[in-house]
Amino acid sequence: MTTLEVETPAFSWPVATTPALAVRDAVKVFTSGPSITKRLRGNTTPSKRVVAVDNVSFEVARGEIFGILGPNGTGKSTLIRLVATLLSPDSGTIEVFGRDVIRDEAAVKRLINRVSVEPSFFKKLSPMENLMYGARMYGVDPAQARLRIVSILTRLGIERSSIGSPMEDMSRGMQQKVAIARAFLSSPILLLLDEPTTGLDPHSRREVQAFVREIRDAHDATIILCTHDMKEADELCDRIAIVDHGRVVALATPAGLKELVASDDLPNPTLEDVFLQLTGRTIEEDIEEPK
Amino acid sequence: MMLAPAARRELRASYAFVERNINLTRRYWGWEVVWVLYTVANSLAVVLIAQSVNAAVGQDALDDVQIDALVLFLAIGALVWHYLAVVFETVSDMISWERWEGTIEYTFMAPVRRSTHMVGTAVFSLVYGFLHTAIVLVIIVLVFDLNMGNADYFAASMVLLIGSISLVGIGIMGAVLPLLYPERGAQMTHVIQATLVLISGVYAAPDQMPEPLASLSIISPATYVIGGIRDALIDGDSVLTLWPTLLGLFITGLALIPVGVWVFSIGERYAKRTGRLKRSG
Repeated sequence: MTTLEVETPAFSWPVATTPALAVRDAVKVFTSGPSITKRLRGNTTPSKRVVAVDNVSFEVARGEIFGILGPNGTGKSTLIRLVATLLSPDSGTIEVFGRDVIRDEAAVKRLINRVSVEPSFFKKLSPMENLMYGARMYGVDPAQARLRIVSILTRLGIERSSIGSPMEDMSRGMQQKVAIARAFLSSPILLLLDEPTTGLDPHSRREVQAFVREIRDAHDATIILCTHDMKEADELCDRIAIVDHGRVVALATPAGLKELVASDDLPNPTLEDVFLQLTGRTIEEDIEEPK
Repeated sequence: MMLAPAARRELRASYAFVERNINLTRRYWGWEVVWVLYTVANSLAVVLIAQSVNAAVGQDALDDVQIDALVLFLAIGALVWHYLAVVFETVSDMISWERWEGTIEYTFMAPVRRSTHMVGTAVFSLVYGFLHTAIVLVIIVLVFDLNMGNADYFAASMVLLIGSISLVGIGIMGAVLPLLYPERGAQMTHVIQATLVLISGVYAAPDQMPEPLASLSIISPATYVIGGIRDALIDGDSVLTLWPTLLGLFITGLALIPVGVWVFSIGERYAKRTGRLKRSG
């Protein structure tokens, strides 16, 4: 397997004790306001209130693959958006390598990148054009970026002939690989993966999972992986936080979580068993998405 | 003078938006052809009004010289407004387009200042608007025999360039609408555009407009851009003659850009608090 070439991030590592990510008492509530007619009548009470992230606290050590496991609509993506500076927390603090996502937003942005469940691109542009756009925004030297784009994409199994063709001609799996390449191109030291393998075929899923391990092992990145795929979480993550209704209901290594629910009746529980025991339902039962 | 490393980095990052928009324009070339044809048809329709005045009133109300002057008056209005509208739309569409493509979160997560984002978009909009308008101008000149003997092109260019800064500022303010209203924000920017075309003397001299439009025209920077360019191209006014207009537009532009960025930053904070970046509209 060829190893990826990567730039050393222009960042001096903080003291070893500083966690890669520290979330303390984070709260995020979404409300939808009353209609204009109700407001005119003096009614300002929100018509709908969804607590997406409810007093969440955890720390992630440098170099960890940290899983956030929960069904759709349980606040996983909101948590990732809070770390990614795309949302501001209502209360609590979030720090990336000791830098606050609100006060040091610009510094945090230079340390992170994110792959979302939907590979979002300018669909008429090619992978090269989309990735050059990203590279320039992240201050990557254009000449080096072009070489690395070809290197990363071919490593991920994308043919050279596709690199200059519009993204809309590619399958969703291929687009997701380009999204991962785009995130990796900026050499993030904290990589946020929000269900990166959802909707991928088994082969593409294995390739992406192998790449995630390689990023961590070869490039010293810390990875936050949101997923509702139990097997993926079990295989990839060093520790897992199980999230339900915006709260962390358990946090341990995969083995530690299984030990929590192991009993004489269930001597070898799976993560699905763990989830069922801790939340009272299966992970397939989606919760209404906060708007 | 050497730029500080941070300023150099931001300047280089601003090219990301120029290059991206060039690539998008190239990839959507078919749409660009349609857009030029639409603009040419619109501009010709407006200018043809002047040529059909006598037929419309049923008598020779205007002689040929007066009709030529009216053709020139309307042609300049149509062309300058087209340029200003392209600049305004390109800047205000910087959010709508990202919402449409679904890339808005990626762009907003990147370590670039919003002002850098806007500078890149604005630079592209000025060049794109100029080239687009030049094409329409060539076609109008070919169709109509415009008398431009007195024109001071340098003065007109200066008015256009300096006046564009104000429109960029208004465009940045307009861009906050699709940020806050994912479903209808883009259409709301058209209201701003329609208001500007109504009050800025595009097709009628501001002093001939009814109240309150005549009074409102005073606060629109586009009024002075269009008026200044008419003075330069029809009457041959030079930069020296037009310096009060140029100075006024320059000061207005300098004020409107930071005001636009400030308004946008308030909108961005609100969008992050309420989760409006997520919805794709």
